[in-house]
Amino acid sequence: MEKILEVKNLTVKLDNEIIIDNLSFEIEKKEVFCILGPNGAGKTTLFKALLGLIPFSGKIKWKEGIRIGYLPERLSKMHFSNIPMTVKDFFFIKTKELSKIQEYLKQVGLNPSQILNKNPSQLSGGQFQRFLIAWVFISEPQVLLLDEPTTNVDVSGENFLFNFLAQERDKRNLTILLITHDLDIVYGFATKVLCLYKKALCWGIPRDVLTPQLLEKLYGTKLKFYIHKHD
Amino acid sequence: MIDSFLQQILVGFFVGSIAGVLGSLMIIKRMALVSGPLGHLALPGVALSLVYNFNMFLGALLSILAGSIVIWILKIISKLHLEVLVGIIFASFVALGFLFLPMEHAEEALVGNILKINLSDLLISFLVWLIGLFVLWKIYSKMILLGISEELAKNEEIHPKKYYLIYLILIALICALSVKIIGILLTAALTILPAVFANNLSRNINQYFIISFLGGGIGTSLGILLSKFFSLPAGPLIILIFATLFVISLIFKRK
Repeated sequence: MEKILEVKNLTVKLDNEIIIDNLSFEIEKKEVFCILGPNGAGKTTLFKALLGLIPFSGKIKWKEGIRIGYLPERLSKMHFSNIPMTVKDFFFIKTKELSKIQEYLKQVGLNPSQILNKNPSQLSGGQFQRFLIAWVFISEPQVLLLDEPTTNVDVSGENFLFNFLAQERDKRNLTILLITHDLDIVYGFATKVLCLYKKALCWGIPRDVLTPQLLEKLYGTKLKFYIHKHD
Repeated sequence: MIDSFLQQILVGFFVGSIAGVLGSLMIIKRMALVSGPLGHLALPGVALSLVYNFNMFLGALLSILAGSIVIWILKIISKLHLEVLVGIIFASFVALGFLFLPMEHAEEALVGNILKINLSDLLISFLVWLIGLFVLWKIYSKMILLGISEELAKNEEIHPKKYYLIYLILIALICALSVKIIGILLTAALTILPAVFANNLSRNINQYFIISFLGGGIGTSLGILLSKFFSLPAGPLIILIFATLFVISLIFKRK
């Protein structure tokens, strides 16, 4: 398989505190790579380093010319509420092609004529998430970095998101990096998992590496935990 | 020669319109008080220009730049929070300014004096207006994305430091130009007030830009017009016009 990302001896320090310590892993094309870990484990910091948003030491090598889409953590309707901006305006930052915008909104199950002239903060939680996903996808990313994308949505929003991601992954060999706390998603969707607590506590296929002992070590507490048999 | 009253009206429009657009970005970023301290940094330069009789805009601009550089250097060597440093430097500059400021000119420095506006002010403000309008039109939606999420913006190759620097340079220019119109005390209001009422009235980005621009420009010119009519100082009148417009805009506020 084609290598998309290679990370070698990655160390990130913020204010002299080591947040990520000597981390190495690789990601191949079309993988769904989940990053699991408690709060403060360095998951979001890892994403920021991968995107080149913060300084780091070590090696981060993306496949040349790759297009990366990113959905940051906790981007909420609140961020739009004091800005006189429509859904259309927000897409116009990326492209002025209205027909393309409409097409991408339809793909995520939104009705363009209903929402194009609304402020994003007026959308429902589910609509807002779909709107953000359409905004990320309109740049036709080959890799997607999603930081806890289901924080503000209900179960149906969650279902939509993962069905949509699975479909797009098949359709155009999308590679997905996903930060989540949801073990169901890790077992059901991930092809690889990285357990992060400053260092890599595990890396591999979820069913092989995620043992109850490991999860206890990772989260520092016993978890209610079931392995779902999908086969 | 252009009539001096017309000069004042035009300078008011040029400075007020750009101030309005700058303010519309400022309230999104919740940096509403940036132009306040920057305006205050102008006082030593304004005082010196009054003592040695050179162009007040030049004095104000150099003084603001000097203050900003001092803050920037202290930030690097002291590791103190920016707010603390801005507080220290801005108070020191105001204190320094009052040492030089001839007391008979105190009112002029604090709330402005449009009678001092001359042809060179008109030319400078027209130039700043042209450049400012062009630059702001180019960076506007990118600055708004920065206001929503710096991380999203960075992923779109929008580098915050570059854009904030351009933005701050424009603010410094407008603060320096607005000293004659409204004085050093009220510069923050000239940027924030038109933007707040534009925010209340607008439904999309284009409206927001245009209403801030026209509102800021027309409101400032109107204040100057009324000051002629009622023989009152223009600075306070301009601010009161904006405050009134703001209250009216609350009725039409976007839900």
